[in-house]
Amino acid sequence: MEAENALQARNEKTLLGFWVYLMTDVVLFATLFATYMVVRNGTNGGPAGADIFNLQFVLVETMLLLVSSFTSGLMAVAARKGDIAQAIWWLIITFTLGASFLGLELQEFSKLISENNSWQHSAFLSAFFTLVGTHGLHILFGLLWSVVLFAQLVKKGLTNNVTRRLSLFGMFWHFLDVIWIFIFTIVYLMGVVS
Amino acid sequence: MFGRLSLDALPHDLITIGGAVTMLGGALLVVAALTFFKRWKWLFKEWLTSLDPKKIGVMYLIVAAIMLLRGVGDALLMRTQQALASDASGILTSDHFQQIFSAHGTIMIFFVAMGVIFGLFNLIVPLQIGSRDVAFPFLNSVSFWLFVVGFGLVNLSLMVGEFSAAGWLAYPPLSELQYSPGVGVDYWIWSLQIAGVGSLLSGINFFVTILKMRAPGMTLMKMPIFIWSVLGSVVLIMFAFPILTATLGMLSLDRLIGAHFFTTDAGGNAMMYINLIWAWGHPEVYILILPAFGIFSEVVATFSRKRLFGYTSMVWAIAAITFLSFTVWLHHFFTMGAGANVNAFFGIMTMVIAIPTGVKVFNWLFTMYRGRVKFATPMLWFMGFIVTFTLGGLAGVLMSVPAIDFQVHNSLFLVAHFHTMIIGGVLFGAFAGFTYWFPKFTGFKLNERIGRYAFWSWLTGFLLAFVPLYILGFMGATRRLDHYDASMGWQGLFAVAGVGVLFIGLGVALQLLQIGYSVWKRNENRVQGDPWDGRTLEWAVSSPPPEYNFAVIPEVTERDAFWAMKQSKVKQESFKGTLMVPKNSLLGLVIAVFAFMIGFGIVWHMFWMAGIGLVGVIVCVIIRISADETERALVVDTLAEAEGSK
Repeated sequence: MEAENALQARNEKTLLGFWVYLMTDVVLFATLFATYMVVRNGTNGGPAGADIFNLQFVLVETMLLLVSSFTSGLMAVAARKGDIAQAIWWLIITFTLGASFLGLELQEFSKLISENNSWQHSAFLSAFFTLVGTHGLHILFGLLWSVVLFAQLVKKGLTNNVTRRLSLFGMFWHFLDVIWIFIFTIVYLMGVVS
Repeated sequence: MFGRLSLDALPHDLITIGGAVTMLGGALLVVAALTFFKRWKWLFKEWLTSLDPKKIGVMYLIVAAIMLLRGVGDALLMRTQQALASDASGILTSDHFQQIFSAHGTIMIFFVAMGVIFGLFNLIVPLQIGSRDVAFPFLNSVSFWLFVVGFGLVNLSLMVGEFSAAGWLAYPPLSELQYSPGVGVDYWIWSLQIAGVGSLLSGINFFVTILKMRAPGMTLMKMPIFIWSVLGSVVLIMFAFPILTATLGMLSLDRLIGAHFFTTDAGGNAMMYINLIWAWGHPEVYILILPAFGIFSEVVATFSRKRLFGYTSMVWAIAAITFLSFTVWLHHFFTMGAGANVNAFFGIMTMVIAIPTGVKVFNWLFTMYRGRVKFATPMLWFMGFIVTFTLGGLAGVLMSVPAIDFQVHNSLFLVAHFHTMIIGGVLFGAFAGFTYWFPKFTGFKLNERIGRYAFWSWLTGFLLAFVPLYILGFMGATRRLDHYDASMGWQGLFAVAGVGVLFIGLGVALQLLQIGYSVWKRNENRVQGDPWDGRTLEWAVSSPPPEYNFAVIPEVTERDAFWAMKQSKVKQESFKGTLMVPKNSLLGLVIAVFAFMIGFGIVWHMFWMAGIGLVGVIVCVIIRISADETERALVVDTLAEAEGSK
């Protein structure tokens, strides 16, 4: 009984702690968004958002990420039911979608760089690469994390610890989705409109 | 292979060599002593790998004390220079002088003040809320070791390379590659970046600790006021430090890969940096001062033998300050030209934030009123604080008027103001807390007589060092001057300020003497659990407390929980059984070593080293998040222990 309580307390502490960490990450992104908004007209004679953004391409990226958020939710449902095999499958699918998203993002970046529009060209591009790239870096860490979780699922099964870690990963992944919605709106949509 | 690093990076001029030799000598002395007394294993098992917040707290205080010595040394050099440099070149070159004032500010805020408050958080918070530990003991050790990495990088810059000469907040464009091509600014960025991540993690840790681990019955409005002040402080850490991380990140992107956030060309905007750094920097001031307020609240109540006057208003004052501290950052640069309306808004908000602070001052005074006040050293620090802090605060309100600020901006008046707040507020608070809680963690009191001498030296030195600066500021002396024209007539006042620093140095020496003497004569000052007739839960356990703090978690019914227990003569239950405590872990230290490689590698453009560091950190984190058995069982029998200690 006492051991169970301790476990429960530990889960609660970790979930709250991770939630709070995500909020601090929101502040980090808010800082990058604010900087982006301030310097986005500093194009230094180079391209503005409307000249380089391809909305269809970004829409595909967005859909990949949104669907991966959905599949990570399905993984959480499977984990709650105690169905390891299904949880592993959804984790793999989530990983694949996330990796494809990251691949597309890198493709966009390398295209910009090859057209001589790297971060060195203007403040606008610096802010663009940093904001979107920081999100991408988070996705990369999320992918790495999902690999670790995959190994733990296979090796340890759905123990209390692994289940808790899976829910933390789910929170992280949804959070990245929310941030991406803001990037999609503020960087890409507003960039093309203006 | 070695990037920018070559033998040229070793120190050349006499003063830097002196500093470097002192540091190396000190380090070697410690190593020699450890070897001679065969204490390596003890150090490793009891301290370096410990996840006990009480041990980590002590280590924070040790690091902060070392840095205080260096910071005071820097101050002494600067004041000597200024006392001599009337129509003369003094003892320092301009470049060296700039490095020293940059290092002084950085060290005092990030490594002394932050170190002291995190040390006290670790020591006091779990005990005072009736908890056995913090929420995340391992994360806590990582935070501490990242703090040590920052400390290491700052001090290493003295021996290898140079430190930033761009001021303690490294305003661009001066801090950009174009104007500061050396490694100094990079050292500054990476020591703060790494220590800052540690601070952020600590903030999260203590936030969860306070919200989730209080003893049963301790509702929010029954928490000791120190805990409230820590809660305010960590909320600010959580909101402010990510801004610092992002801002430093962008500055380093400018310097490393040629981005254009804050450059003067290609559309960059240096004013954005100044806004961002103060959006972190102003809350930072309150991150430091709120815990000091909390300490004073505990000290005043204990030594007046009364309940704190106006607990509820104190809580609301803390909450108000926490919120308002995010609405005043622009008062650091009224002169930048944001326009009259913006300046007026931030000026008014700055005046508003003085109101909750004033509430606190009255609460303390009314707590003393008709109390049986005992003037032990912690109380002396409080008396010194209340006078200097109120005066310094009034100077702050004066400067919140933009029209006046335009006159004194960047003058020594400002320097005097913020030193009054940080020395008179944060540092005196830390000293009060240190003296007050010292017996809790050692089992003996500090010598009162030497403590009084130290206090009076500090107070005299402080007034001598900073009252002249207020006057000099009005006479037009700006900050960061390394020489001035004799016709200004400033030399006399600078000389007085220099004498003041000597007195402060004497105060520090007396404090070291006080600690040494008290340890030597410790058997004369032995105490039991509750030497000051305390009011809060930390005094309910033995001094020093056992590793697990409380064998039986106390039930809280009233605000001053331990006081209520003493009044109702509740006997503490005995306990026999096993408790779970965290296993020691070396991983925090290993992560720090890798983090150091990241910092050092980037500073010197040895990117292979930074890469190894990054991979190392990731591997360590994976090892930790895959570990399941992180606790060990401890057999506890309080009755037998009580017998044993008799």
